[in-house]
Amino acid sequence: MSYQVNGHTIEHDEEGYITTLSDWSKELADEIAKTENIDMTSEHWEVVNFLREYYDEYQIAPAVRVLIKAIKKSMGPDKGNNKYMYELFPYGPAKQACKIAGLPKPTGCV
Amino acid sequence: MSDIKKFLYVNRKPPYGTIYALESLEVVLIGAAFEQDVSLAFLDDGVFQLTRGQNTDAIGVKNFSPTFRALGDYEVTKLYVERESLEERGLTEGDLQEITYEDEDDDWEEKPSIRVVSRAEMAGIMADQDVVLSF
Repeated sequence: MSYQVNGHTIEHDEEGYITTLSDWSKELADEIAKTENIDMTSEHWEVVNFLREYYDEYQIAPAVRVLIKAIKKSMGPDKGNNKYMYELFPYGPAKQACKIAGLPKPTGCV
Repeated sequence: MSDIKKFLYVNRKPPYGTIYALESLEVVLIGAAFEQDVSLAFLDDGVFQLTRGQNTDAIGVKNFSPTFRALGDYEVTKLYVERESLEERGLTEGDLQEITYEDEDDDWEEKPSIRVVSRAEMAGIMADQDVVLSF
């Protein structure tokens, strides 16, 4: 199973998470978002970039509760809340945004 | 809530070479969702899990030591390290990475999560738990 981006083939697992984290690119993110029926806006990118920075620092994709708390701290309560995050990523902010960000599935996410 | 239990995860093995250390940390992160009173203990070679400046390039596995610094976000704020285990390995508290949490009840002040305790104190901490999980 794979995504096609600019003539490159990028492998993913049965749930759509890419298997090699270094394969990620912004173009790939757009491609994954399409399969999730998400139209990437600057608000989506803000969360995706935040997740990539979090992963870079802690080597972990945070659980949704932790993600929302961290977003609240860094971007304020208007964004760091369940409603806002689920409007952006209806099938789960941690799950969908991590997939688009090219991270592994969040630990503890089934 | 009266049904909060005290969980202690005991880590006795070095970070690499076996899967115990990483598995323990993953269980802690997953278990954190259940809002229990969680502490971690590091003794014997387990104290190496917290050393600073780890580099795993040569052994081709992921360096997961930065993940300990995310524990505060998961409200896991008590990491007990046994002083005797450090000393027996020629280590001091200064060889451990800094791990902090923000205290919600104290205006989000940053506080250290690592607490170096004596072997006798560690025995007391263990005796005080409802559940002890060994890795």
